[in-house]
Amino acid sequence: MQRRQFLATTAATALAAATGSVAQAADKVKVGFIYVGPVNDGGWTQHHHEAALEMVETLGDKVEMVYQENVPEGPDAERAMTQMALDGANLIFTTSFGFMDATINVAAKFPDVKFEHATGYKTAPNVGVYSARFYEGRAVQGFLAGKMTKSNKIGYIASFPIPEVIRGINSAFIHARKVNPDVEFSVIWAFTWFDPAKEADAATALIEQGCDVILQHTDSTAPQAAAQKAGNVYTFGQAADMAEYAPMPRISSIIDVWAPYYIARTEAVLNGTWESDNTWDGIGAGMVGIGEISSAVPADVKAEAEALRDSIAAGEYHPFTGPLKKQDGSDWLAEGETADDGTLAGMNFFVEGLTGDIPS
Amino acid sequence: MGGIDPILLLASLMVASTPILLAALGEMVVERAGVLNLGVEGMMIFGAICGFAVGVGTGSPSLGFLAAALGAAALSMLFGVLTQILLSNQVASGLALTLFGLGLSSLVGQSYSGIKAPPSLDFDIPLLSDIPVLGPILFQHHPMVYLSILLVIGVWVLLRHTRAGLILRAVGESHDAAHALGYKVVAIRLAAIAFGGALAGLGGAFISLVRVPQWTEGMTAGAGWIALAIVVFASWRPWRVLIGAYLFGGVSVLQLNLQAAGFKVPVQYLAMSPYLITILVLVLMSARRRSATAQAPADLGKTFHASS
Amino acid sequence: MIRLVRRPMPSRGWALATPLLAVLLTMIAGGLLFAALGKDPLVAIRTIFWDPIMGKNAFYYRSQLPVKAAPLVLIATGLALGFRAGIWNIGAEGQYIVGALCGAAVGLGFYPAEGWYIFPLMVIAGALGGFLWAMIPALLRVTFGTSEILVSLMLVYVAENLLASMALGAMKNPDGFGFPGSRNLSQYPAAANLEIWPGTGIHWGVIAALIAVICAYVVLARHLLGFQIKVTGLAPRAARFAGVDPKRLIVICLGVSGALAGLAGMFEVSGPSGIVSIDFNVGYGFTAIIVAFLGRLHPVGILLAALLMALTYIGGGIAEGQLGLPSAAILAFQGMLLFFLLALDVLTNFSIRLGSGQTRGGV
Repeated sequence: MQRRQFLATTAATALAAATGSVAQAADKVKVGFIYVGPVNDGGWTQHHHEAALEMVETLGDKVEMVYQENVPEGPDAERAMTQMALDGANLIFTTSFGFMDATINVAAKFPDVKFEHATGYKTAPNVGVYSARFYEGRAVQGFLAGKMTKSNKIGYIASFPIPEVIRGINSAFIHARKVNPDVEFSVIWAFTWFDPAKEADAATALIEQGCDVILQHTDSTAPQAAAQKAGNVYTFGQAADMAEYAPMPRISSIIDVWAPYYIARTEAVLNGTWESDNTWDGIGAGMVGIGEISSAVPADVKAEAEALRDSIAAGEYHPFTGPLKKQDGSDWLAEGETADDGTLAGMNFFVEGLTGDIPS
Repeated sequence: MGGIDPILLLASLMVASTPILLAALGEMVVERAGVLNLGVEGMMIFGAICGFAVGVGTGSPSLGFLAAALGAAALSMLFGVLTQILLSNQVASGLALTLFGLGLSSLVGQSYSGIKAPPSLDFDIPLLSDIPVLGPILFQHHPMVYLSILLVIGVWVLLRHTRAGLILRAVGESHDAAHALGYKVVAIRLAAIAFGGALAGLGGAFISLVRVPQWTEGMTAGAGWIALAIVVFASWRPWRVLIGAYLFGGVSVLQLNLQAAGFKVPVQYLAMSPYLITILVLVLMSARRRSATAQAPADLGKTFHASS
Repeated sequence: MIRLVRRPMPSRGWALATPLLAVLLTMIAGGLLFAALGKDPLVAIRTIFWDPIMGKNAFYYRSQLPVKAAPLVLIATGLALGFRAGIWNIGAEGQYIVGALCGAAVGLGFYPAEGWYIFPLMVIAGALGGFLWAMIPALLRVTFGTSEILVSLMLVYVAENLLASMALGAMKNPDGFGFPGSRNLSQYPAAANLEIWPGTGIHWGVIAALIAVICAYVVLARHLLGFQIKVTGLAPRAARFAGVDPKRLIVICLGVSGALAGLAGMFEVSGPSGIVSIDFNVGYGFTAIIVAFLGRLHPVGILLAALLMALTYIGGGIAEGQLGLPSAAILAFQGMLLFFLLALDVLTNFSIRLGSGQTRGGV
């Protein structure tokens, strides 16, 4: 398209003027981060930012880090990325799904700048994508939930019905059912990414319905506080360890661990070995961390949970292993068959046994 | 799946409604004095961080609430000076206050994320809390829940049965007439704005200290706007503010409870329901009385200048 | 004692001088804020106000000014008409969303057909969507006397939920592997609202915004409707004697502002944004209310106010990226700018006298 070419040439000229010629290996790289929330949101963005800071600490003066927080999707994101590229960034991490098309657009204008987009699926020669297999952590949570529940009712606070969230619910449910055939899940769709008060209300509603284990796919500690108030309710930390609520109600957690990836990718740019990739790592690669299983969990259950964690990490066990059926009773995975990444990435169905519909 | 226990629902809706009740009650007093302050969200969030910071710093939630009231009242004075002394437009000043309050609270709160709130104990009302079934549920809340109801009564008495309330209403209905009678319109309005700010601050602090409790940027998530809507919905009456806040809180909590109880409900439409029901109730009320807007203080939102 | 005396006519000189003075005061107060955060205040101020227009990469930022300002101008121009007549549509955010949804629905419905008529149809659908969404508060107001402030505000939340539902359901990209969000309309030539002159940032929404400003100016200055709006705002009772039908005026004002907000949403979703996503709306509908007042409810004033707001967004973004300023500081900075602009307005309408003067009564 004409517009693209025009901008690409002007931008490339400006970039060349700013950075001189583009070398294969570099002595110093400038790395940019685009965040969707504030850097101290206590959840998603904070973990990316802390990882970025860790990356800077590790690589020292070989790297200069810049970031912009609270960037809305759409043209604002495109502007923020363009600005970083114009200012000489060599590598830009865009850390929200909603930045996908903006990343691709800007990357097309700056062929010499590398981009890494979190949780998306569109790649380009200078755009890689990365995401974490949080569902592996959900399997461990589901196992613990199934073991710990006495009422056999488990509550799940979900945000929006997107594949990432649905995958988590399925994974947790499969492993809860496996150890406790009587277990039932109550899912609340909060239809918000961020409203701590609503999360508190949702947790209270689930507790009042008799749920004594609550899983959450939202980032605030509101459900932890509600569980603590109620007494005998177990919860799991989400995104952060939330260790301040251990040993009760928080009995374990899923932690986002981005720092090793950020370090590796920045080093790749430093060494001139960066290539577009499609990374989807889990517990094994260390991108998903399982927080300390607290003393509220009996020792044998803890040992089993850790064994499950380790077998997933070692690649011996896949959380979505057949026989599995879909909610409507149709076959999904045969005995011993494991789910392929394509189906998992776009998962839009519940597995058999879950009640309720996925809103659409 | 089980049904929904109405008593439990009532108990949780009382907690869920308290922030918007406090903020709406304060805003109602402001509007009865003839001032429209759209900065409720900004004052709430500033109260939330002031309360949280002081609560964490001193370990005392009560001091936190006090700081929230004072901090938000101080912030509201920015709006007060702007609109009452410099005679700026109230709608724009209020919106600017929201913007500023959101920014300022995030700046102040930068080192407070991920910290646990000081424990705030629920308060059992003696005797009443011992009533079987009802007692533990209706009479074992945080003191702020009861204080908010007491404030409703207080404001009602003030407006209805005291001279101060009469003057306040007179100022709101016709500032020129009140001025001619020798009342200090600007001073009265400033006091009302500060009161509104203090209550919004308490509402915000209730979220950060009791209901959630933690500090995160933007955590009021639009509660201030709902409070504004409830004032209009309540046609500027204290008891109706209570009803409005509880109704709104009730519908929000109910939709979560329906989901938790496993009812087959179209969730995305249920999430809209509190707003749709608010509109519906409002239409029913105004249809009966023909004109809801006629209930508004006559000089609401108008600038007062003594020598004009 | 200092007192204010209302000028018989707003002062022309002050009307021009106060915005500059306000910007200057904001620079000083904001500089103090930035200094308190450990940043060089002069560099920060230069980055926010100078770099987007004249800085090293201004060729790019200049093109972003119209992109950011156009939706604000479109929405604020419509709102100002109503505000002048005392009709309070504060739900433009909702009308913006519904306009975008309707526009996108037409575009997505025709996909992948090509045809010159698709984009115009989307424009009509966008305006119509915003118009109809605004008709809800308008009709409730004229039939039942229900407050349009409350209904229009409540409908924002309804629209946001509708948007989420559409992004996750009906409008989800069938080729998107189950991820939320629609197809990218800006990559579908027949529906794309692209830059008309490459590199300028001027898309059809910018043209529409300029047309709206001119039309609003003409209506307010020359047309009977403008007269009716102004009379109703100043003296509602007198307006009735002058033959103004208040119900008709409510419907017209809410309808026009809704249609313009819908247009803004449609141009945004088919161009700069491209996608119907859960977080598509970024608060233009609320910011536009501030812009309308900053522009003193005057179309030309709105144009300038929107450009100033756009400048602080763009410059603020640069300052965040280059200097590591927290976005909260930019938010507080914008709040300060608004406070100063509003506070200094007093000089336009009032003169300040020292001494007791001849006025009666005390304040």
